[in-house]
Amino acid sequence: MIIKPSDIENKEIQTIYHPQKGEQGSVIDIDTFSLFYGKSQALFDTTMDVEKGLVTAIIGPSGCGKSTLLKSLNRMNDLIDNISINGKIRFEGKNIFDRDTDVINLRKQMGMVFQKPNPFPMSIADNVTYPLKIDGIRGKNVLAETCERSLKRTALWDEVKDRLNESALRLSGGQQQRLCIARAIAADPEVLLMDEPCSALDPMATIKIEDLINELKGKYTIIIVTHNMQQAARVSNNTAFMYIGRIIEYGKTDIIFTKPKSMKTQDYVTGRFG
Amino acid sequence: MNSLKLKPKQKQRSPGNVFSGSKGINLASKGEKYLWSMGGALIIGLIMIAAFLLLILVNGLKTFYPGPVHRVTLTDNRVIAGEPFRREKISQDQTLETSREDTCSAWRTLYKTGNFDLYNKDFRWVDEQDIKQISEPKDIFYIERTEWGPFIGYIHELNLNHETFFFSRERLSQLKKEHKAAQARRNILKDLKKKEMGSINHELDNLRLSLKRVELDHGKDSVRYKTTLDSLSAKRKKLEENYGEIADKIEIIIKKDAKYSVVLKDVSGIEKRVNISDIIRFYPANNLTLSQKTGIYISRWIEFLTAEPREANIEGGVMPAIFGTFAMTLLMVIIVAPLGVMASLYLKEYAKQGKLVSMVRICVNNLAGVPSIVYGAFGLGFFAYCVGTTVDRIFFPEYLPNPVYGTGGILWAALTLALLTLPVVIVATEEALAAVPQSLREGSLACGASKWQTIKNIVLPNALPGIMTGLILAMARGAGEVAPLMLVGVVKLAPDLPVDTIFPFIHPERSFMHLGFHIFDVGFQSRNAEAGKPMVFVTTLLLISLIGLMNAFAIHIRSRMKKKYSVGQ
Repeated sequence: MIIKPSDIENKEIQTIYHPQKGEQGSVIDIDTFSLFYGKSQALFDTTMDVEKGLVTAIIGPSGCGKSTLLKSLNRMNDLIDNISINGKIRFEGKNIFDRDTDVINLRKQMGMVFQKPNPFPMSIADNVTYPLKIDGIRGKNVLAETCERSLKRTALWDEVKDRLNESALRLSGGQQQRLCIARAIAADPEVLLMDEPCSALDPMATIKIEDLINELKGKYTIIIVTHNMQQAARVSNNTAFMYIGRIIEYGKTDIIFTKPKSMKTQDYVTGRFG
Repeated sequence: MNSLKLKPKQKQRSPGNVFSGSKGINLASKGEKYLWSMGGALIIGLIMIAAFLLLILVNGLKTFYPGPVHRVTLTDNRVIAGEPFRREKISQDQTLETSREDTCSAWRTLYKTGNFDLYNKDFRWVDEQDIKQISEPKDIFYIERTEWGPFIGYIHELNLNHETFFFSRERLSQLKKEHKAAQARRNILKDLKKKEMGSINHELDNLRLSLKRVELDHGKDSVRYKTTLDSLSAKRKKLEENYGEIADKIEIIIKKDAKYSVVLKDVSGIEKRVNISDIIRFYPANNLTLSQKTGIYISRWIEFLTAEPREANIEGGVMPAIFGTFAMTLLMVIIVAPLGVMASLYLKEYAKQGKLVSMVRICVNNLAGVPSIVYGAFGLGFFAYCVGTTVDRIFFPEYLPNPVYGTGGILWAALTLALLTLPVVIVATEEALAAVPQSLREGSLACGASKWQTIKNIVLPNALPGIMTGLILAMARGAGEVAPLMLVGVVKLAPDLPVDTIFPFIHPERSFMHLGFHIFDVGFQSRNAEAGKPMVFVTTLLLISLIGLMNAFAIHIRSRMKKKYSVGQ
């Protein structure tokens, strides 16, 4: 069975939630959140909890709103004109769209890694310590320590320790992406948002990033958007399947991949469309 | 063998057949049909630029090289002497006018005869049919003087401190020694006149102005006015005494100068007495070794680059004009760079992109096409007359009716040119900002940087080379602009530089000289167009070199920036 967009738009979709046993509680709570680009709606009443300390994957075909949802979490969508929203997203119990929310502080608590590696055209060390420098931290020891710690956590230290002052643009694509992850965790955020972090990388680099995600699990809450189902299956604890702006099904990864309740989820995870 | 040879040919043809069908081969689909025209256009452009540079270079570089002096005997036994300057063919009509039937060798030569004080002209055309004999006498001298232009002729007598000698070759070294001493005296005299007398005049003027200030503030009958008047008159008396001392010193030097003179004689025997101190440089034009010629060439260049102009700008140097051009351009860049960058930062990064912003953008682009003289008129009307007179009224009431800022000056000129080049900077900066990848901005913002931190740390450093390109373009345009400057502060001869040793050292209200205007003035406004022509080329060469030098410096900075922020490092 192939689902046409019209099938979904014509009737209300009820998101299927699988029972979860959250030990840590949720850190992000998306509550009937909708988003509009001008007049066209991109997200429809999305609702989900993100469990603390675990890896949550968001999968779905291209254009289903995965990235839009992810970018809403640290309000990167504010950069786009003509956006309007509805509903709430709570971060540690507080609605991030409240007027008194400090967006800059919010973004500091949520490190973000983008689809394409985007290291700044500066030295490797400067890249990693950038989040600290914009906070006005100038102490050389603090910066060096943070740099080393972040690079070690992203398993990049041994590769670059001798050329910390060289341009970051000289690194390979995979190294650049790991550098971006190091940069994102340098300021010790709560949450790490990853927007298809491996889509521009070769298989070997992808494996390294996935290993890294497994390493970082527990220290940070990770939300990863991917269109690679195997990757989602490999790295995540929970998985949300999105389709045309809606969360179709959300639950433990193994359940979503093995015993999904929705036909659409099953069709997607078994590769019948997407 | 035959069949083997044929095969490749057939193979070559077959793809053509596939694409062109029955109509035959379409050239446009196979080859670069118009490549020749594109290459040709580039070549034509390059040739034009190269020819232009070559013309300026050749004419500019040869001007100061000392040429030979010809002694020309005409068929009617008159004798003239001069540097052959230019040779041209006379057309049929011109020869008919001079009623000559023989047109085979209808050439004429322009001789630079000098001796303006004797002949009332510097140049003379000589028809070559009229020439009986040309010689290059070894003892003929080319003498550059402080006034009346060069003298071409013989040195007849030396008058050294009441002693008179007939000049001979043995006396040349003696003359050179006296000339050196006289030059030293001339420099002292210049310093006395310009620096010492100038500063006294300046102080006297300040006294007058401070008195007037008190008068304006308190009235003529007030006690304060009277006390100031008393204290000032004492100061004035002292200054006037100083002035008298300096005038005496000057008098002594002038008297001494008059004791040392030479009697010169032109080729037709007219004598002329000249003080040695009035001679800038003299040389036996036909009796020079190559190294001597090079020495003269270099000393003329040095004079040109470091001295002030003489004789309605035709002779002497252009140092004030070089300084004026440089200072004005620098001031302009200092004004336009922050203004343009901030304006385009707002347009690109902060303003909500919409109809209004695109309207503003179109207007800015159109401003770049407004004729520069319009900016000149605006600068004069707004900066000088409107802002300047207001400044004068508020801060310099004692100077009135003489304007301080209420007339053209280097500050107003720089502001006018800043306005003129603002569109260039804004457009280039906007492009440079747009070229910074959005992903870098997002990366920075996602790290928790504010918008301003992102602009400061990521956007601006990456856009800087592009912004520099805009500034270089603006600088090149600004330094070469003349028309608006003529309205807002450029003058033919500025008595003082905008920067000097008199407090407050920088005088942005002063009018200044500019190489571009200097070219116009020398070439088209001088009493002697023929004498000005070589100076036009030399000054043009200098202007181009100056702009080239400034651009090279800016490009050097830009490439260092690029290296700093890019992959290469």
